[in-house]
Amino acid sequence: MASPEDASRPFAGFSDVSIPEDIPVEGDISVPVPPSARDDELSTLDEPVKETVLRDLRAVGKKFVHVLYPKRSSVLLRDWDLWGPLLLCVTLALLLQGGAADSNEQGGPQFAEVFVVVWFGSIVITLNSKLLGGTLSFFQSLCVLGYCIMPLTVAMAVCRVVLFAISGKAGFIVRLVVVTASFGWSTFASTAFLSDSQPSNRKALVVYPVFLFYFVIGWMILTFSP
Amino acid sequence: MSEAMASPKDLHFQEFEEAAELLSADPGASTLSMSANSPIVTVGAAAAREDVKLDVSEDEESSQLLEEQKPSGSFWTFEFYQSFFNVDTLQVLERVKGSVMPLPGRNFIKHYLRSNPDLYGPFWICMTLVFSVAISGNVSTFLHEMVNSSYHYKPQFHRVTIAAVAIFLYAWLVPVGLWAFLTWRQGAERLIRGYTFLETVCIYGYSLSIFIPTSILWILPFEWLQWTLIVVAMMISGSVLILTFWPVVRDDSKVMAVGTVMTIIVLHALLAIGCKLYFFQVAVPTSLPVITTAPTIYTNLTVKPH
Repeated sequence: MASPEDASRPFAGFSDVSIPEDIPVEGDISVPVPPSARDDELSTLDEPVKETVLRDLRAVGKKFVHVLYPKRSSVLLRDWDLWGPLLLCVTLALLLQGGAADSNEQGGPQFAEVFVVVWFGSIVITLNSKLLGGTLSFFQSLCVLGYCIMPLTVAMAVCRVVLFAISGKAGFIVRLVVVTASFGWSTFASTAFLSDSQPSNRKALVVYPVFLFYFVIGWMILTFSP
Repeated sequence: MSEAMASPKDLHFQEFEEAAELLSADPGASTLSMSANSPIVTVGAAAAREDVKLDVSEDEESSQLLEEQKPSGSFWTFEFYQSFFNVDTLQVLERVKGSVMPLPGRNFIKHYLRSNPDLYGPFWICMTLVFSVAISGNVSTFLHEMVNSSYHYKPQFHRVTIAAVAIFLYAWLVPVGLWAFLTWRQGAERLIRGYTFLETVCIYGYSLSIFIPTSILWILPFEWLQWTLIVVAMMISGSVLILTFWPVVRDDSKVMAVGTVMTIIVLHALLAIGCKLYFFQVAVPTSLPVITTAPTIYTNLTVKPH
């Protein structure tokens, strides 16, 4: 009974099910699902909220550790997230508030200006590296650049403490050393991740904008004066 | 070719047709013809006006060999923009070097760009210039006011915005205007092929690169040094622009040619002097005018003499 066009259709054998012979046709046309996957989905839905939040926090924390010791690992790249950069950017912008407040226009960067510089700068650098032929995706680059601001945020916190404790020239020297060290660390950490994805004759073209970006952020931190 | 010149009239006529066909296929092609007994009108005229500098003849051939790279893909695809970033580190460094050391006879566009204009150089040079001008201006203000005991250091971050607006407007709008003007004149007067929009933007961007070290050196608080630096930077930067645009413009009427070149130079000088006066002046301005390249704004600001 198998004609060629019947054979090409799935369940071709059932095409004559409607013939009311004494063939009981019953069955289950569902695909058997391995029970474990279904259990996992349900369990994530049922878990306590604390568990969900902690999972994300642990992922962010793990990435911070990877920035502190930049080895060639792909954790930052594989599971990118933008929580860490957002946290760092908000912290940095908040710490940069409160400087030189006697005249709005002559002072340091406003909160929105810090945000714009960090995010717009990251986006421009990402676009630049993609246009030059990089293989990282857009959000992976944003993730790397954002996480590597961490040393500079730490330096900002240290600078604020130093400004309270030590004043005058000595304080300035200490701040200069701290900011320079963290700027170097940030640039080194981010190029460790970014430069691998570029063709070798264009590495410097990609590293230079990153250098400029962290230099500008370092400048904003160094010139903060309460 | 020259051997056809001595042949009978019908061969002359054929040659004219062939050349005319070639010209109509590519009206921008530069042609070289030997001195002709019966000069072929359009071809001969174009050849007579050709740049007779020795460098150029080999560049004509090479620029014909390297067809101008049309960007691939349509306007909305990513590949379209990727074709503007098709440069290596060494190429960018070479172009920057060529823009700070202009040699007479070396047309920047023909010699360095070679039909591969890029947007990487202009964009990042402008960005670097914005920050170097703003930061150096801040440092120079600090150094000058340091002696004043009542002075409280201010980062003056708003200057970054002003510098960015001024420099990016200059580096992108002036090439648009110049390119439009040159294209219009070229169309009306049938000059040799002008430059594409991208090449004009490229030359302007790279010509600003000399101002980056200049702006850092402007921190030193000697008035005579600052003005000397402006003159030197203007000479270098201006000569890059003149060497590039003079061959295109000089076939026009004398008035238009000189006028165009003078406008290029004057605008460039206005940018340099404007930056120096605004960012590196000694007194803090009471009002903060938005910078344009017109000099009349600066009559409001007081400048303390050294």
